[in-house]
Amino acid sequence: MADALLSVEGITKRFGGVLASDGITLSLPAGELHAIIGPNGAGKTTLIGQLTGEITPNSGRIIFDGQDITALPTYQRSMRGLARSFQITSLFADFTALDNVALAVQAHAGNSFHFWRNARTEEELRAPARAALERVGLSHRADNLVSSISHGEQRQLEIAMALATNPRMLLLDEPMAGMGPEESARMVKLLLELKKQYTILLIEHDMEAVFALADRISVLVYGRVIATGLPDAIRANAEVRQAYLGEQEAVVVNG
Amino acid sequence: MKALTVRNIVVGALLVFLALVPVYSQMTGNLFLMTLFTRIVILAIAAVSLNLIMGFGGMVSFGHAAFLGIAGYAVGILAHEGINSGFIQWPVALIACALFALATGALSLRTRGVYFIMITLAFAQMIYYVGVSLDRYGADDGLTIYRRSDFAGLINLSNKTTFYYVCFICLVGTCYLVWRIVNSRFGLAIQGARSNERRMRAIGFPTYRYRLTCYVIAGVLCGLSGILLANHTDFISPAVMHWTRSGDLIVMAVLGGMGSVLGPVMGAVALLVLEEWLPHAISVVGEFVTGRPVVAAKEYWALILGPMLLLVVLFARGGIDGLLEKIRRG
Repeated sequence: MADALLSVEGITKRFGGVLASDGITLSLPAGELHAIIGPNGAGKTTLIGQLTGEITPNSGRIIFDGQDITALPTYQRSMRGLARSFQITSLFADFTALDNVALAVQAHAGNSFHFWRNARTEEELRAPARAALERVGLSHRADNLVSSISHGEQRQLEIAMALATNPRMLLLDEPMAGMGPEESARMVKLLLELKKQYTILLIEHDMEAVFALADRISVLVYGRVIATGLPDAIRANAEVRQAYLGEQEAVVVNG
Repeated sequence: MKALTVRNIVVGALLVFLALVPVYSQMTGNLFLMTLFTRIVILAIAAVSLNLIMGFGGMVSFGHAAFLGIAGYAVGILAHEGINSGFIQWPVALIACALFALATGALSLRTRGVYFIMITLAFAQMIYYVGVSLDRYGADDGLTIYRRSDFAGLINLSNKTTFYYVCFICLVGTCYLVWRIVNSRFGLAIQGARSNERRMRAIGFPTYRYRLTCYVIAGVLCGLSGILLANHTDFISPAVMHWTRSGDLIVMAVLGGMGSVLGPVMGAVALLVLEEWLPHAISVVGEFVTGRPVVAAKEYWALILGPMLLLVVLFARGGIDGLLEKIRRG
């Protein structure tokens, strides 16, 4: 696809004898919400790791916005507008929620070799940070330490930090992980909102959420994409049902 | 500064006390006290500089005393070669520390955790043995500095009171500088890298260059301490860079509290006063119990200091500073 924002061209990653990524090819046009589903150990996290630059593929290429980013370090990918949230909440625990987001803003506000001015009073950093908190509905927690807010709120903060880096694309690694039904519903609502503005690659176990959000879905099994298509086509795909959806059929049918 | 908490009162009192030590010394003629506190103030600078990388940056260096020695030797060697001007000695010493920090930091910061501790220790030991092998400059006997740094008559460092205030101003200046740094963009980036480096990279920070810069700043600030120490003792020897000295600096920071800029100052005062006072207290108690002077018991002051440190580490994670903070909350 010519106008793909992100294309993954046949990336392969081996860990010893294990093929964690086996020639994965994906193409995400701008504006799409693409979900990746697959059983545990299918290589979803390895895929995210390669997209963000924490893991280097053995072969294949990753093209973002027309440029080969396969060899770029993580922070430079972030600079180009590729933002991620973490599956296991990964925040600055001894900072407040607002400090966390402000740090993400700071990362994209020039270099940080400023030694004198109090960064916590710089409107240039605080205002966009407050806006990002507002966006995910966390304004009331701005001055709370991260270690004192609930798990669901920490998941929302994850998203706020990704948004604060002014991204073009979001890589969301199981944003609903560990959430109760009510919190999940709120997160789905938020993602539906974000979907209008950002291209999103979503990795998620919550099938109800995936089928409610995704424009297209790819199914990953043993490091290979066994199917890519519209949600209805994936739901009907025999191979997918056998490999993965089998035990969750009830959910899918109801969903 | 905002509230009159127990902690702020204690900190304020400590600073006032430190500022008035020479006045008290001159009134009572107790020059020993001033000598002791000159040393405390100087080593407090080193402890504050160590805490910038250790407490705020999460980089536990076991080789920080190397900077004391490098700066001290820069002063001592220049003096030995007839260059007494402080305008030359001090910048040379600080630049030497910066270069050493840059070179060793660039390598050390590629490691993490216990490996970082070990590699900083290894570099410090290397420099220690360089000192031991400097035959021209006294080798392990050390080098006497016959004249203190000369500032063209502007300031006379040989005057004990003047020298004390130079050290005190350097300490206050260092604390203020570190406090500004810690709250700046740079400081937040450093603390973010301590807290969660992976996340820092993910949001777009090239963490390595910030950590390295922080390491160099801390090395230079410790170099200032080394310059003052050499001038204070009029002497420099490899012993200043021994690994136990690096350990002392860590103890000061941990004992005082790594969470704040001024914690290590309290730690330096507490550790060095105890070191001075415990042997004395032991011999007094020993004489009281046995009825005769027990000189040998003096040697065992560390047996008392050790458990005290253990208690701090086990029950008062924030050190003295953390304890004072807790009193406020009740």
